[in-house]
Amino acid sequence: MGKTIAEKILSTRSGRDVKANDIVVAELDFIMGQDGTSPLAIQAFQEMQARRVFDPARIAMVIDHSAPSPLEGVSELHQQMRSFAGEQGICFYDIGDGVCHQLLPEQGHVVPGDLVIGADSHTCTYGAINVFSTGVGSTDLAAGLISGKLWFKVPETFKFVLNGQLPAGVYSKDLILHLIGDVTADGATYMAAEYVGEAIAGLSVEARFTISNMAIEMGAKAGLMEADQKTLDWVKQHSTKSFTPVKADADAVYARIKEYDVSRLEPQVARPHTVDNVAPIGEVAGTPIQQGVIGTCTNGRIEDLRIAASILKGRKVKSRLIVAPSSRQVMLQAIREGLIEIFLESGAAVVTPGCGPCVGTHNGVPSDGENVISTANRNFKGRMGNNRAFIYLGSPATVAASVIKGEIGDPREFLR
Amino acid sequence: MDLKGQVHKFGDDVNTDYIISGRHKFKTLDMKELAKYVMEDLDPEFYSKVKAGDFIVAGSNFGCGSSREQAPLAIINANISAVVAKSFARIFYRNCINTGLPLIECDTEQIDEGDELEVDLQKGVLYNRSKGIEIAVTPLPDVMLKILSDGGLVEHFKKYGTFNFD
Repeated sequence: MGKTIAEKILSTRSGRDVKANDIVVAELDFIMGQDGTSPLAIQAFQEMQARRVFDPARIAMVIDHSAPSPLEGVSELHQQMRSFAGEQGICFYDIGDGVCHQLLPEQGHVVPGDLVIGADSHTCTYGAINVFSTGVGSTDLAAGLISGKLWFKVPETFKFVLNGQLPAGVYSKDLILHLIGDVTADGATYMAAEYVGEAIAGLSVEARFTISNMAIEMGAKAGLMEADQKTLDWVKQHSTKSFTPVKADADAVYARIKEYDVSRLEPQVARPHTVDNVAPIGEVAGTPIQQGVIGTCTNGRIEDLRIAASILKGRKVKSRLIVAPSSRQVMLQAIREGLIEIFLESGAAVVTPGCGPCVGTHNGVPSDGENVISTANRNFKGRMGNNRAFIYLGSPATVAASVIKGEIGDPREFLR
Repeated sequence: MDLKGQVHKFGDDVNTDYIISGRHKFKTLDMKELAKYVMEDLDPEFYSKVKAGDFIVAGSNFGCGSSREQAPLAIINANISAVVAKSFARIFYRNCINTGLPLIECDTEQIDEGDELEVDLQKGVLYNRSKGIEIAVTPLPDVMLKILSDGGLVEHFKKYGTFNFD
């Protein structure tokens, strides 16, 4: 009987021939923690009476959620992370370096076939480059730091077959919002998602990250894609590590298979207060918008900034706009290409590379009754730090179109 | 372990931002302090209403969203004895096992606000005393029972120094 990508990677890393629903202890290739989760992990590490991490070369810690620190208490937690990383000799990314999920692939830490955990729910992002990566909590992170291992239930797999090519003005963000709206917020709970088909093949690797990033929003443990030539080229540009890509067998067993034709898909928007409350743009166009956000681990990459800038160029925003590039490298590239100048001239506020206002700790907390449209992955009530605000989610193009109009707008009106 | 208490009922898709909101979650490691804000955005009176041993009961996909362990830890520190739901989001589920917050997966249609529940975790049975019924509970896999019975993953590692399920 054939195997899915998840079954193959967990078989290799556990040294056993495993199938869905088996429970294994598997060896980890890389481990990540951010500033919202690492302090509790360091506390657990100490309580577990450990002295050294298993391998400093396979661990990174990132300050991105509250960067730079907005509060005294947070500064103290950041300092604990800096001390721990320094003592243990682990790779450390400080304020301004970027969002963890941009940094791990960009800096070459993760490569196809790897098994990776991160203490952040959007760790599933690297599935786009054929990595079985999944989010865990702080105690799991501590156990990983000590032993280099973690227990996993081998997930069943939900296969999404995506046919056709996305039309102009419609992006990978619209595609994943559409899938989440269709299968709902718990449509893939306890499962791995596998995304296949010509629609995926037609996307750049950067655009694919957006799709894998949001696998968790349908409850999935991982959001996997096979490695094609584009993946191999991208990974070799970013990493010197050797790797072995993993393909699903033709006779692999899937818990569910759904097929979609994306060639007539319209821009999609998730309405407050759940990610699966998705509508085509026509149903929400005209909704007044007070603040737009472009950035985050979902859509803060250079391609996203290029798309937004192409719409904002020579125009002024009617709503406030916050732009948070996803890493220092992305921001530097955006400066070189003149994109930051376009944002600033349009009236945007450009903030430090990092999670920006997405997690509600700083950098743009909305006020009571305000509507925000964001390229982020979550619109939960209170997510951005005010439970009396309303968050809509869309592509960078939809956010750019909306802040120009001062209301939710269709980016296809701005295609040049 | 026998748990007894009253029900505080919630709906489907209770996410981690509801459990502990964005305004508070990353400020401190003092979980007693964070516990005061548990469920604040769904019910501002929640913390003051809870009596030690009470249950949170919900629909499907409880704990969806973030991987923050502040969510189960804040629930534990609000003196909730267990969370009962139709299904749980997977990271939250792991975090509960690791931090020692008992989870009960079962049909919650016949449990209402204010009902008196009693749970026998060893036997895997939930009694709704107010309605006089017994509800079947999905049993936990051995690996998770082992971690829970050791008192969470920290205690497991203190005992063995690594994972030990033999």
